[in-house]
Amino acid sequence: MKNNKYFPEAVAIGVSAGGLKALTKVFSNLPADFPIPIIVTQHLHPLEDSYLAELLSRITLLPVKEARDKEKIKPGDIYVAPPNYHLLIERNETISLSSDEKVNHSRPSIDVMFESAAYAWGTGLIGIILTGANSDGAYGIKIIKEFGGLTIAENPKTAKYPMMPKSAIDTGTVDKILTLSEINEFLINLSRIDKNGYMNFVEDINGTQTEDIDR
Amino acid sequence: MKIKDIENLEITLLLDAMYQRYGYDFRDYARASVERRARQFLIKTGYKSISEMIPALLHDELFFQTLVREFSITVTEMFRDPSVYRVLKEKVLPVLKTYPFIKIWHAGCATGEEVYSLAILLKENGLYDRATIFATDFNDEALEKAKQGIYNLENVKQCTQNYQKAGGSESFSQYYHAKYDSIVIDKSLQKKITFANHNLVTDHSFGEMHLILCRNVLIYFNKTLQNRALNLFDDSLVPGGFLCLGNKESLLFWEKGKKYESIEDSSKIFQKKYLPEGLNMSNEKQ
Ligand SMILES: C[S@@+](CC[C@H](N)C(=O)[O-])C[C@H]1O[C@@H](n2cnc3c(N)ncnc32)[C@H](O)[C@@H]1O
Repeated sequence: MKNNKYFPEAVAIGVSAGGLKALTKVFSNLPADFPIPIIVTQHLHPLEDSYLAELLSRITLLPVKEARDKEKIKPGDIYVAPPNYHLLIERNETISLSSDEKVNHSRPSIDVMFESAAYAWGTGLIGIILTGANSDGAYGIKIIKEFGGLTIAENPKTAKYPMMPKSAIDTGTVDKILTLSEINEFLINLSRIDKNGYMNFVEDINGTQTEDIDR
Repeated sequence: MKIKDIENLEITLLLDAMYQRYGYDFRDYARASVERRARQFLIKTGYKSISEMIPALLHDELFFQTLVREFSITVTEMFRDPSVYRVLKEKVLPVLKTYPFIKIWHAGCATGEEVYSLAILLKENGLYDRATIFATDFNDEALEKAKQGIYNLENVKQCTQNYQKAGGSESFSQYYHAKYDSIVIDKSLQKKITFANHNLVTDHSFGEMHLILCRNVLIYFNKTLQNRALNLFDDSLVPGGFLCLGNKESLLFWEKGKKYESIEDSSKIFQKKYLPEGLNMSNEKQ
């Protein structure tokens, strides 16, 4: 039934206005042996060329790539959704891109990424929602929680644009509300602990731990 | 079993039902996207689970058709990714000019915007009259719209901008006339175009082409199906012919990718290599 000893398999981050600064903070000093993949959907202007990956690769030791269709997801790499395409995660841990209609006026949409990632990784997913001036990602956070993942929102009090984290929190399914530097610390600590340490670690930062839904 | 695994099974059964009952095969489409579409469709229908839709699907053809529409994403625009048209104009049209007649295939043409965009480019470069253009899709509703060539006036500003960025040399407004809140594509652009239903999963090659455009279709397929479609294009291209894919599509995972060369760094237009005399690769076909 409930598997107490597990280690997360992936981090998915959704971010909009104010994103580059926030991501810079969140990724600072991540160790080169960071154990799991990080997938990022940042709202971008459709014509903005794909320089987010390049900017981010200057601030972290981890390889940052613009996500490619059908690409196998590797631990320790950071994948960024390309402008004008939704990024979806397949259950076999590969990436799919799609040019479906916009969702929440956005393409890429955070909800689309979160939802597919929740189906792919279930309890193994950590979903993080950062600054933004809309409510994309709120529905996705709810799904991540429903499937037993861990959900984190940037503290709206300190977020540059509080609406996105606040909308997620309003769903009542956010496990932990943290500042950017606390999220950064959380990620750095992830690479220092093992399976046995993870549950204690999560319970430390997080009063209520979720259960996987089993039937 | 976890809920998400049960749902996965339900979707497999739904896709099987669709295939066995109607011959429409979505089993090798990129799964995450199909799942998302199925969930969305479920909400619209009011059924409680994916598997509850299966009896309706089996017995009600209209229900099937609405589901197919949900699975077929026809998002498109005039001169989408304008820089692609620039490269076509600078690198591909000069080669096509050397042929006395040219055959072009748009596979997955959706509502036709891409077809008319290229037609304009051909016209402005003096190639339209020697072209035969096939535009296919498996979505009849989209094809019908494509044939009519009537589009929303709202988008005309965006179209015009794209046209200019694509290197259009005239005025975009000469290619349509406005009617109420629509634009109607000029009939002279239509005379060389044949629209037809063709399914990339089940149908075969129908002739030798000099240029095939299949953009933003392959991303909806899994690797197996991508390879099938690419083999079909390979069967349909003359040596030295061109294959133009969508901006996020590639030949990376295709075993015959080596037979093709990208015509410009980072462009998604590939040229089929001319093979040296005597080296016959036709037995490689399946
Ligand atoms: C996103 S649209 C791309 C339209 C256009 N090529 C463009 O890039 O703007 C994808 C199209 O592929 C068509 N399609 C999907 N699966 C297909 C199949 N198996 N056979 C033929 N067409 C298919 C859909 O009906 C849809 O019209």
